[in-house]
Amino acid sequence: MIYQGKQKIWSDYQKEIPDDHWFYVRSCIRQNFFPASEKYFLGICRDMLGKDIYETEHHTTCGGIAYHSDTIPQETAMTIVARQFALMTEAGYENLVASCITSFGNYTETLETWHEFPELEERIRENLWKACRREFKKPRYVAHASDLIYKFRGEIAARAKYQLVDRESGEPLRVVEHIGCHYSKMFPHKGVGGAEYPCVLSGMAEAWGGKVIDYPERRHCCGFGFRQYLVKANRGYSVSNTHKKFESMEPFHPDLIITNCPGCPYFLDRWQYVISEMTGKTYGENGYGIPVLTYEELAGLVLGIDPWDLGLQIHQVAVEPLLNKMGVPYDPETKYLGLDRKDIMKPGLPTFLKCC
Amino acid sequence: MAKKLRKKYISSGPMPVPKWENVLVVGAGIAGLEAASQLLSLGYKVTLIDKASYAGGHVASWHKLFPDRTDASSVITGLLSSIAGATLLLSTEILSVHRLGEGFAVVLSGGETLYFKAILLATGFSLFPAEKKEEYGYGVYNQVITNSDLEQWFNEGNDPRINDRKISSVGFVHCVGSRDIKAGNPQCSKVCCITAVKQAIEIKQHFPDAEVWCFYMDLRLFGKKYEDFYISAQKDYGIHFIRGRVSEVSEAIDGEVIVKAEDTLNGRPVKIKLSLLVLMAGIISRNDIQPLAEDLSVMMDSDGFLLSRDNITGITRSQRPGIFYAGTCTGPKTIPESLAEARSAAIDIHNYLRGL
Repeated sequence: MIYQGKQKIWSDYQKEIPDDHWFYVRSCIRQNFFPASEKYFLGICRDMLGKDIYETEHHTTCGGIAYHSDTIPQETAMTIVARQFALMTEAGYENLVASCITSFGNYTETLETWHEFPELEERIRENLWKACRREFKKPRYVAHASDLIYKFRGEIAARAKYQLVDRESGEPLRVVEHIGCHYSKMFPHKGVGGAEYPCVLSGMAEAWGGKVIDYPERRHCCGFGFRQYLVKANRGYSVSNTHKKFESMEPFHPDLIITNCPGCPYFLDRWQYVISEMTGKTYGENGYGIPVLTYEELAGLVLGIDPWDLGLQIHQVAVEPLLNKMGVPYDPETKYLGLDRKDIMKPGLPTFLKCC
Repeated sequence: MAKKLRKKYISSGPMPVPKWENVLVVGAGIAGLEAASQLLSLGYKVTLIDKASYAGGHVASWHKLFPDRTDASSVITGLLSSIAGATLLLSTEILSVHRLGEGFAVVLSGGETLYFKAILLATGFSLFPAEKKEEYGYGVYNQVITNSDLEQWFNEGNDPRINDRKISSVGFVHCVGSRDIKAGNPQCSKVCCITAVKQAIEIKQHFPDAEVWCFYMDLRLFGKKYEDFYISAQKDYGIHFIRGRVSEVSEAIDGEVIVKAEDTLNGRPVKIKLSLLVLMAGIISRNDIQPLAEDLSVMMDSDGFLLSRDNITGITRSQRPGIFYAGTCTGPKTIPESLAEARSAAIDIHNYLRGL
């Protein structure tokens, strides 16, 4: 590996990310899968860094899942996107930041399509006016929320209470970074670092003390792939993709996986359980799995937020081995207590995958 | 009929050529050298310039030439010996050109202004910068080299990317940056297929125990003995030919590279671990040719090469009187083609000057 070679490519794919004043659009599914990620994105950007991040309750799905599942045509998806742009315009913002990778891809694809086919943009403007009497300006900048955390990674590192370092050995933790396909595979110049060697997540991991692993299947799909999972008959493809990735990363002994897509952390996390049930194999140390975190969760851990407030107990793979390595304190007794101290119930244990 | 033609030729006879009729040859690669040699033998005063500090162009850094594995250096030496009467100016560029009556006033980087009756452009080509195909990892992985790097190793034998590891398997990727619309080069480089076959055989001769794989789109082997060479590569050297493009290259934990491709004849994906991967960087137009073309008021073709007056009967002629082409400045060519074209251009210039 020639690190300078990667840096050269990264320098070719730096995108402009404005410092402040963003219109935030949430994900349809992240609040279920990773209940605190979006909350702590806002917490870090708004409360800790004092940035102006605006969101509205009128925001809806971007239509991305339906579009990529072939259940709605592109024009419909574009009209939904146009409505989000109208909400942004009405709120007085020009910068749009999306929580979801598929939304980010959907917004970017819509803008790029309109750039190539201006007549289509006119038709969508007409559709939107007929449907809900709304008008819009196109955003000046579209970013994914991980772009902002990447931009602020230095500020986060400066406030860090814990580092991605094994407190016993002093060695950097080995980090697998997995980028959502819709982040830069469609439009490489829209992602920090491009499509082949994106650095949006590796930049965070390195800034917070970790060491990124470059394993052979790092570009491979997490296993979600929309139709691989949404079509029930294809789910064998889904789990076999995930299995391929874990087999490839296993020799590098990763301590954690960091992701920036709603689907990727879910499938990389849950399929570890399924693979263990199917094959008896686990990929972490001592029968555990490899913890899979969103970038907001990892930033939260680094900043010293309580792991259970970050919702890490909702993960299938136990995060305790990672917390122990980082030296993050946690109370096992409160793991399955909700915010109101109500018992949210302890899940059943898998056959092979150790879950504390 | 033949008698009649012969009689006509003898009766008209070659016209006397005044010694003051200077010709400028731009580019001291094989085409420029051969054209200069022919013009000298026709009695012209020839000035030959090249940006590089050496003559011979790309061939000067090549080791052996297909299909007979002729020494490249012996070809250059032979050509250089035939231009003894020419003025050879190396490390010299054209600063500006002005038409002056029926000739040209040319200001060279040395500061002098020279006058020529005709200009022959033999400016050659560039090799596609392989790092642009990011998925192949040139400049990122130590085990990935180009066809040009390999020739240099054949010549000098001191490349640590080859010397510092056990070579047990080698792959060749054809069409790197050629026949590639996304890379902006739709043209076929013409010589890469046979060069890959030649280099694969040479690698096999250096490392007889190594498995050698060629990944190709189509095999365009059209020249004399090329097919024999290809058959010999398979029959005598056991080289594997896979029809399919490489999709990505990544690094394994043991330092080898993993190459993913599609075997389109078997209809299945292939994944091969290799000690060395050679990218057959294609022929592209020189990016510094456009300013010179503008100065000379000659046109560029859609592929970025110089535009000939006619691609069948006037390949060596530009649209401007007194300006001629030879070799790969008008598109990819083999060495014999470039040499033949250089001779043809010399005759064209001779006829042009006789007609003035």
